[in-house]
Amino acid sequence: MDLTYTDEQKAFREEVRAFLNEKLPARLSDKVATGKRLTKADYEEWHAILNARGWLGVTWPKEFGGTGWDAVQRHIFEEETTRAHAPRIVPFGLNMLGPVLMKYGSKEQQDHYLPRILNGEDWWCQGYSEPGAGSDLAAVKTTAVREGDHYIVNGQKTWTTLGQHADMIFCLVRTSKEGKPQEGISFLLIDMNTPGVEVRPIVLIDGEAEVNEVWLQDVKVPVENLVGEENKGWTYAKYLLTHERTNIAGVGFANTALENLRRIARLEKSGGRPLIENPFFAAKLAQVEIDLMAMATTNLRTIAAAAAGQAPGAESSMLKIKGTVIRQEINALTRQAVGPYALPFVSEALDEGSNVEPVGPDYALPATQAYFNNRKLSIYGGSNEVQRQIISKAILEL
Amino acid sequence: MNFELTEERQMLQDSLRRYLGDTVTPEMLANATESEAGHSETLWSGLAEMGVIGALFSEEDGGFGGAGFDLAVVFEEIGRAGAFEPLIASGVLAGGLLAAEGSEAQKARVEEVIGGAILGFAHSEPGARYDLDHVETTATRDGDGWRLTGRKTVVEHAGAADAFVVSARTGGDTADAEGISLFLVPADAESLAIRDYPLNGGGRAGEVTLDGVTVSQDALIGAEGAAFPAIEEAAARATCAICAEALGLMESIRGLTVDYLKQRKQFGQPIGKFQALQHRMADVLIEIEQARSAVINLAGHLETDRVKRERHVSATKNLIGRVARLVVEEAIQLHGGIGMTEEYALGHLAKRLTMVDHRFGDTDYHLERFIRLSAA
Ligand SMILES: Cc1cc2nc3c(=O)[nH]c(=O)nc-3n(C[C@H](O)[C@H](O)[C@H](O)COP(=O)(O)OP(=O)(O)OC[C@H]3O[C@@H](n4cnc5c(N)ncnc54)[C@H](O)[C@@H]3O)c2cc1C
Repeated sequence: MDLTYTDEQKAFREEVRAFLNEKLPARLSDKVATGKRLTKADYEEWHAILNARGWLGVTWPKEFGGTGWDAVQRHIFEEETTRAHAPRIVPFGLNMLGPVLMKYGSKEQQDHYLPRILNGEDWWCQGYSEPGAGSDLAAVKTTAVREGDHYIVNGQKTWTTLGQHADMIFCLVRTSKEGKPQEGISFLLIDMNTPGVEVRPIVLIDGEAEVNEVWLQDVKVPVENLVGEENKGWTYAKYLLTHERTNIAGVGFANTALENLRRIARLEKSGGRPLIENPFFAAKLAQVEIDLMAMATTNLRTIAAAAAGQAPGAESSMLKIKGTVIRQEINALTRQAVGPYALPFVSEALDEGSNVEPVGPDYALPATQAYFNNRKLSIYGGSNEVQRQIISKAILEL
Repeated sequence: MNFELTEERQMLQDSLRRYLGDTVTPEMLANATESEAGHSETLWSGLAEMGVIGALFSEEDGGFGGAGFDLAVVFEEIGRAGAFEPLIASGVLAGGLLAAEGSEAQKARVEEVIGGAILGFAHSEPGARYDLDHVETTATRDGDGWRLTGRKTVVEHAGAADAFVVSARTGGDTADAEGISLFLVPADAESLAIRDYPLNGGGRAGEVTLDGVTVSQDALIGAEGAAFPAIEEAAARATCAICAEALGLMESIRGLTVDYLKQRKQFGQPIGKFQALQHRMADVLIEIEQARSAVINLAGHLETDRVKRERHVSATKNLIGRVARLVVEEAIQLHGGIGMTEEYALGHLAKRLTMVDHRFGDTDYHLERFIRLSAA
């Protein structure tokens, strides 16, 4: 048992820190730290900076232009970037589609798409969910019918995160109604500029439109955009989900959220004293910190196992649940901390360069929004209920 | 022991539920927040006509109710509908204070309030958080009258108010209960500025700045420097109102969620068939019944002596805050993605219920206060 990092790992951390010090624009880290709205251009700017250093393909092997980092290095990178308030890496191309193409894509697809993901030429979004297919993903109804050298796609995807920015969408589509639902699904890459693709925003309870409906009507997709084999899409989809769940614990995000909470609790006054000194509040803060300390070690335990070559299994379900519950608790405490200033909803104040002043402290509205927005953490990426099913089957064998 | 409503209250509940059910639509609520008034003028005049504002006042004050259970009946229905009319600001707080403390001339305004005129209660200040005695705004003698200077924050329905009941210090230090006075100040008074904005969960509020506002001697409400007990009592009544509103919101959310569990199918069956979700919903039901009893406790003790009353205020507000969080979070979770959307009915109700904890003291504030009052 040794809880310390090796000298190489420590040196790597220093290298990441130095890079962030030098290259992370203050404009971007300020926006992230203060909960301002990030634009498409902001994400693209950060991706380009990472790419110039060869650090955008965090989870990618070197042969595809990735970092080739092991699980511990990825973890250190995650810790440092979140601590520095870097924008998150938009995961759809990098953490989701990329690994699928590397494993199941054709050589042409790899050569074409992977560099474009790194260069920022394509912005991908994830077209898995449908109105009738959420937790029960195999129920997807969107059809792709082969006609000559094209598929004709009809249906509707939903909850498509940042689809408004996307050029490309990877979709689960039904190519067969025979056999089990899982056996008739294919994995198709669709250019969002094709006629018949329509994106409609969905406003969430934080007032922001980060997700969309994507309507597909007689969309012509060249057959070469099929990944792997027809009707084998379920296998690829599941492979992707295991990658979606890397870093599922969100320890870095939890740490920065906790730091933000502490900062706010020092500034807010309750009965004339800083809120952080209020024993009731301090107790809750301590409780969640204690949970986070233990969870961070659970996370490291799985990372160490992964670095030693063990395949991630149902433990990721544990981390997903504990990680999201802890982050949601921190978000709830932060909302509570801002007191009556959770009420004003002056949304314009979140735009960069806006001349609209917030009402009350500038951290208040982002605190409320984060609380509402992060209800998603326990819903998406396999809901926490679905994760409990996995644990009870795969680990407990019940 | 009798937990039935009186015949009058039962009638009020029935007609109010019917009226709100027929009148309130999601579009109406969305438009109301966007509108200049910050609430629905149609709904407001409808409520006034039905006598709903009058139900918040005693017969002596020109109304026909005014007791804790009247508040509970009215606000549970308001909550059920997700409405955000100025009933608390104008009826319970500003109007209530005028009725309790006002001179004969000032009491005449109560009749206008019952008829639908809107008053605001400009009390909270930037450093106060939830402390009712934190008043920095000053009122100093100015010839025959008074000059008011200070900043009031998150004053609900400020933009719609004709006048404000303003608290200001005529003696004592910032956090003293002694030395707080109340004044009736017209909204269009010179040197009074309002910055108005929308609120999470619907409705609008404003930052009210008094930059040497002068009022005459007869603007003073009640005795100079002795307003705190009245403010505390008005806040107790407002807390009863908002807790009942929260209960109504919980009931609506429960209804929506149970319906959704029955309708939504995944894996070939209604998700309500999953035992994991059934148990969660059963817990929600149990906690909402706790909330109902807590509201009854408070409503039944509004007219008792101060310490007893305030213990119930804090007990009920604490419990409501805890249950509200559970109900909101479980309802969203059990809905899945749809529960997070602005468009679906749950979104508004969930936000409104969440914001209950940010009004009149949150869960922790009242836990601490309950302990203090119990030790007294
Ligand atoms: C903000 C946000 C962003 C998203 N981004 C994307 C995206 O970019 N691309 C994409 O494809 N999808 C995305 N999703 C969709 C997400 O993956 C789904 O919301 C999720 O799979 C849940 O599906 P659902 O919303 O239909 O809920 P449902 O599956 O209908 O679930 C409703 C409730 O039933 C529970 N439940 C379901 N099955 C069971 C069971 N067997 N046992 C016990 N309980 C069960 C669920 O846990 C939940 O509590 C996003 C969702 C959100 C909220």
